[in-house]
Amino acid sequence: MANPQPLLATHFDTLDQQRESASLGMWVFLITEVMFFGGLFTAYIVYRSRLHGLFDYGSHELNVTLGAINTIVLICSSFTMAIAVRASQLGDRRTLVRFLVLTMLLGLTFLGIKAVEYQEKFVHHLVPGPHFQWHGPQPRQIEMFFSLYFAMTGLHALHMIVGVGLILWLLPRSAKGFYGPDYHHPIECFGLYWHFVDIVWIFLFPLLYLLGRSHFVG
Amino acid sequence: MHISPLRVYALVFAALLVGTLTTVAVAFQHLGPFNDIVALTIAVTKMTLVVLFFMHAKYSTRLTKIVVASGFAWLLFLIAFTLSDYLTRGWLGVPGK
Repeated sequence: MANPQPLLATHFDTLDQQRESASLGMWVFLITEVMFFGGLFTAYIVYRSRLHGLFDYGSHELNVTLGAINTIVLICSSFTMAIAVRASQLGDRRTLVRFLVLTMLLGLTFLGIKAVEYQEKFVHHLVPGPHFQWHGPQPRQIEMFFSLYFAMTGLHALHMIVGVGLILWLLPRSAKGFYGPDYHHPIECFGLYWHFVDIVWIFLFPLLYLLGRSHFVG
Repeated sequence: MHISPLRVYALVFAALLVGTLTTVAVAFQHLGPFNDIVALTIAVTKMTLVVLFFMHAKYSTRLTKIVVASGFAWLLFLIAFTLSDYLTRGWLGVPGK
């Protein structure tokens, strides 16, 4: 182990206790994140149910193909992250570094595709604000859909950017061999964060892109 | 410390991909109210797989399991109590209005 710090902090009795405390603390943080996103999800559900189908027109403007590709990209990144965590448990430094890099590249791919989607919305004047244009009925309600769309996907993308930054911090430490069977909870906790961000998208994708699609088929 | 075999991760990964393709395919079928139900059921199933296996909740201590479960319970309270207000407005007339 090349880690300069002592593996067991003084306030813990065993390495197991230390690791379990770290993951419990991470879960408590993620629960606060659940409530953070939960407020937006609740707002979306309330507006969608009260506006009786108007949000379907908003959903119809979103690019399902890019959304679905991004869902698959994120699921792949969760898979590579799970393998990275496993490699850190086994002390397999090469696999850990490789799969952290892969996870980061998939995260950047997601953000790139998201940027393309946002750009389409700017071109089509679907970004809420003074330049918003909607030629169908009830433009204010459609604008509300796009406000929620940008707030939710924007907050999600911000979490992805933070995640990429954290990988950049973990990578050199992983390459130096800081993490192994006795001390890997920084990787484990980051994995929890990354999977959580994936879960948020697992709900954002059907809620924003898919609900009400069938009304426009045939 | 529990170390999952790679096979478990691969199976969960495959299930998540199948779930994603299914939810997209179903979204374009006419199922009436079941469109929403199927989409949310698939999303909840995918979330459960990620939490249990990728996030190791299945192998964590009982304390961690309780924290995870209570967190999601509070989210359900938030949504259920909010909707119990919004969805029931107008069910009863307001006297004098």
